[in-house]
Amino acid sequence: MNNPIQNLNKVFDSRVRLGIMSTLMVNDEINFNDLKQLIDVTDGNLASHMKSLEESGYVKVSKGFIGRKTNTTYSVTKAGQKAFQQHLNGLEQMIKTMK
Amino acid sequence: MNTQNESLQELQHIKRMMERSTRFSSLSGLSGIAAGVCGLIGFWMAVNTIAGWKRNHLDNLYASRDIVTDRLLIIALATFAAAALSSFIFVYRRCKKLDIPLLGVSARRVIINMAIPLFAGGLFILRLATQGIFDLIAPACLMFYGIALVNASKYTLEETRYLGYAEILIGIINLWILGYGLIFWAIGFGVMHIVYGIIIWMKYENHPVEQYEELQ
Repeated sequence: MNNPIQNLNKVFDSRVRLGIMSTLMVNDEINFNDLKQLIDVTDGNLASHMKSLEESGYVKVSKGFIGRKTNTTYSVTKAGQKAFQQHLNGLEQMIKTMK
Repeated sequence: MNTQNESLQELQHIKRMMERSTRFSSLSGLSGIAAGVCGLIGFWMAVNTIAGWKRNHLDNLYASRDIVTDRLLIIALATFAAAALSSFIFVYRRCKKLDIPLLGVSARRVIINMAIPLFAGGLFILRLATQGIFDLIAPACLMFYGIALVNASKYTLEETRYLGYAEILIGIINLWILGYGLIFWAIGFGVMHIVYGIIIWMKYENHPVEQYEELQ
């Protein structure tokens, strides 16, 4: 049997990123402030995690305006969905094999 | 063993985040109970007002009609305001306790999905009133409110859907027993809210916050 750890994705190796991905999986799109509230992190913290998810190609960023304020919304990409699904499978396997 | 626990915790965290971002789960049963009690008090005041009017103006019931409708309208508005305010207070407290934002994404979805049927229903009822079709007002209120609840229940506690079904059913029954709107109103907005509130309270609040996390 192959090592189940190989299915776990290093990018998701953080509570904050896991929270971001879980939220994006079930919401079409969500803006920065709502995400910040949901995950309960600081601006800087969320921004840096978002950046690395964006660089991995898992998250799509779109910037817009509401009045004069910037409104940044995020959504998950196809690659992100696939990677997250794999990560979930990996977690599941992990639990099964160690029983 | 340790990694197994970690994996399990991660999965639980994922599940919780998915829930939290799509469902507004900090409704309070006490809100339902408070709204229901306000409804019943309003019903009692309305019944007394009508009974008093019939007693005191036996000779000119029709002439004194305007005074009594004004008074009933005030009672209705006061009941609505009291119910809305008291339920808001309990939801606010619950949000604070569970540390969930009061106007987060999920709460806004609940509000929007409630508001659309209620707005349409409100206009419909306004037209019923201006056309003088008073008998249909109570069933219309109950049915539109029920539809709003069913519609919003996707984004909040699932029990809300059953409250919605109950309201629609009571409204439909009222359609064929016209003229008893006040009683159906009291059952739908009073008794049903209290029943719903007690169920929610027993299920989600009658234990410490730590256990609540596991329940989700």
